[in-house]
Amino acid sequence: MRVQKGKIVIFSLLVIAILATVALTGQQVAKNITLGLDLQGGFEVLYQAKPENGQKITPKVLNDTAQALNRRIDVLGVTEPQISVEGTDRIRVQLAGVKNQDKAREVLGKPAKLTFRTPDGKDVLLDGKDLKEGAAKQDIGDRGQPIVTVEFKNADKFAKTTKKYLGKPMPIYLDDQEISAPVINSVISNGEAMIEGGFTTEEAKEFAELLNAGSLPVDLKEIHSFAVDSALGKESLMKSMEAGLYGILIIFIFMIGFYRMPGLVAVVTLVSYLYLVLLTFSLLQVTLTLPGIAALILGVGMAVDANIIMYERIKEEIRYGKSIPSALRSGSRRSFLTIFDANITTIIAAAVLFYFGTSSVRGFSVSLITGIVISFFTAVALSRILMTLLVRSNMLRRPGWFGVKESEIGEL
Amino acid sequence: MNFNLDFVGRRKLFLIISAVILGVGILSLLLQGLNLGVDFVSGTRVDIKIYKPYSLEEAKDHLEEMGYKSPDARKAGENNERLIFRTSQVLSPDEVDDIEKTFRDAYGKQVRVNEQKVDPIIGRELARNAFISVLIASVGIILYVTLRFEYRFAIAAVLALFHDALFVIGIFSLFQWEVDLVFIAAVLTIVGYSVNDTIVIFDRIWESMSFDNPKTWEDLKQTVNGSLQRTLVRSLNTSLTVVFAALTLFIFGGESIRYFSLALLLGLLSGTYSSVFVASQIWVGWKWRSMQKSTLKAQSAE
Repeated sequence: MRVQKGKIVIFSLLVIAILATVALTGQQVAKNITLGLDLQGGFEVLYQAKPENGQKITPKVLNDTAQALNRRIDVLGVTEPQISVEGTDRIRVQLAGVKNQDKAREVLGKPAKLTFRTPDGKDVLLDGKDLKEGAAKQDIGDRGQPIVTVEFKNADKFAKTTKKYLGKPMPIYLDDQEISAPVINSVISNGEAMIEGGFTTEEAKEFAELLNAGSLPVDLKEIHSFAVDSALGKESLMKSMEAGLYGILIIFIFMIGFYRMPGLVAVVTLVSYLYLVLLTFSLLQVTLTLPGIAALILGVGMAVDANIIMYERIKEEIRYGKSIPSALRSGSRRSFLTIFDANITTIIAAAVLFYFGTSSVRGFSVSLITGIVISFFTAVALSRILMTLLVRSNMLRRPGWFGVKESEIGEL
Repeated sequence: MNFNLDFVGRRKLFLIISAVILGVGILSLLLQGLNLGVDFVSGTRVDIKIYKPYSLEEAKDHLEEMGYKSPDARKAGENNERLIFRTSQVLSPDEVDDIEKTFRDAYGKQVRVNEQKVDPIIGRELARNAFISVLIASVGIILYVTLRFEYRFAIAAVLALFHDALFVIGIFSLFQWEVDLVFIAAVLTIVGYSVNDTIVIFDRIWESMSFDNPKTWEDLKQTVNGSLQRTLVRSLNTSLTVVFAALTLFIFGGESIRYFSLALLLGLLSGTYSSVFVASQIWVGWKWRSMQKSTLKAQSAE
């Protein structure tokens, strides 16, 4: 068998291209990642709940308000808020990496009370409590303008109201501001209403989300707000990253020591795994938190595992006396199903966690799913491409390159 | 490499070891519970306005001298001139005065201290949510594994998953190590690893089963032992690499994630152990019993 130089050249070019991309853009990618409150600190607001017209502030009201704030923070696209109830009437909200603090205050603090009023705008006919939960959405009106559609729980009540004020305007208010004053042209019996307000699509969407998040049960007054340092502190974050690097280096050395040439391929695929995960995070603007990092570590584990499963299988086939090219073929085919089953099971678990989980649990599952999908690509596809190139080049003729001793062959 | 280890023959011993360890953990959970950190229990938040630059390490040292062990303190404010300290104790006015006095002695008379009682509803909600989500995720795992293999694998894999989660939670209860929000992430990681690790081994057993088609207990034992032996190097190497990662985090990762990496470390070890010594052993016993039943049925039908 002649050594095929062409394959070696392609292999080397691929490896060089991967390493060069990582070396040149790696830092840039890492810098673009948003870190969570637990890693980078953030912005903190303390609110005081103010009772209005005879309302009592009970622990339940405070809890409901905290939950409503939590839902609103989702509107802001911030992950992992920390919200706590303090004393008898205070709520503390901590947000990570919020760039626009004014915007955050606006979304958080707005009572977001939607009212449908009499033509003179003085009396309230219907309000946000009459709306069906979660049914508000952004839509496009008949003239192509962005609108928000809402649905009433009690269609009869709405039908009666529209009958009573037929031909008259029914102004719609958000808090104390009139946002539109549609004239009722017909009795609406299906309980659905459209709100026009000269919105941009963005505004209409945000408004719909705000309505879905629910109005705040109480008025909130901001007592103070300031920036906070991370729970870990910069120093320990640096320490942890350093520790992570050592860990990865040890894995690299181990893989090369144990699996030789394939180990080297594994190292290249692991480097691309880490790079692609970080790239995905920065492109999707996923906030990286400590639970996210835990999921990443698990992802590294699973990527290494996929490589190990494949190489062990190939070694096994070599020991049975197969030639290296055919051992590679059957070894990678057989290991594929195993890796696929293990990964799919974990993805199913992670998807369920995402669907039912909140904040941290969600952050964890997003990172885990990203990690598994990418590891499937690097540890299975890329690894196989590189291995096949190496084997086809006829460079890897000795079982020793796979960490198999000549004496072991055929003993099983 | 040729192993000749009889895993199945000693399976009762392994199951007893696991049962004893879990039993101790559950007992400890019932008797002394978990040492919950500020993320889960009511406590006090102390806001210390220092009004000048200071060193966080030094400030923490002052708190430690007053008896607050590894205090959860961080810098805050526009110019980092405040210190925020949280404790799971409810502080008396005297204790707050003590803190004020100590900080005034250290940083001058301008220091002001405010305290607030804190009720971390989000932390508790999160823990409950995580628990429920894991239960539902187990159903998802059972469904997939049942469709792909058989329900005995599914139940055994999920039992191994709870074995690992419970093992770590039990150890944390036994030693009263503090449990915080990040602990939840560690347990989720362990759950993910445990399932992944178990399925790889089951995959191999499944493959060998269709190859060997065992009829007697000796054959079944040999098939399972053979599968475990052939995946042993993979099991060892994979767990070795993840344990390396967790161990470096534990050693070099600094004080604040020490318990997190400790939980990971214990869970990863348990995850590897349970795939070989718990999940596979539960399965082989169960499988044998149902094989016997179907033979009896076949015989009586004749």
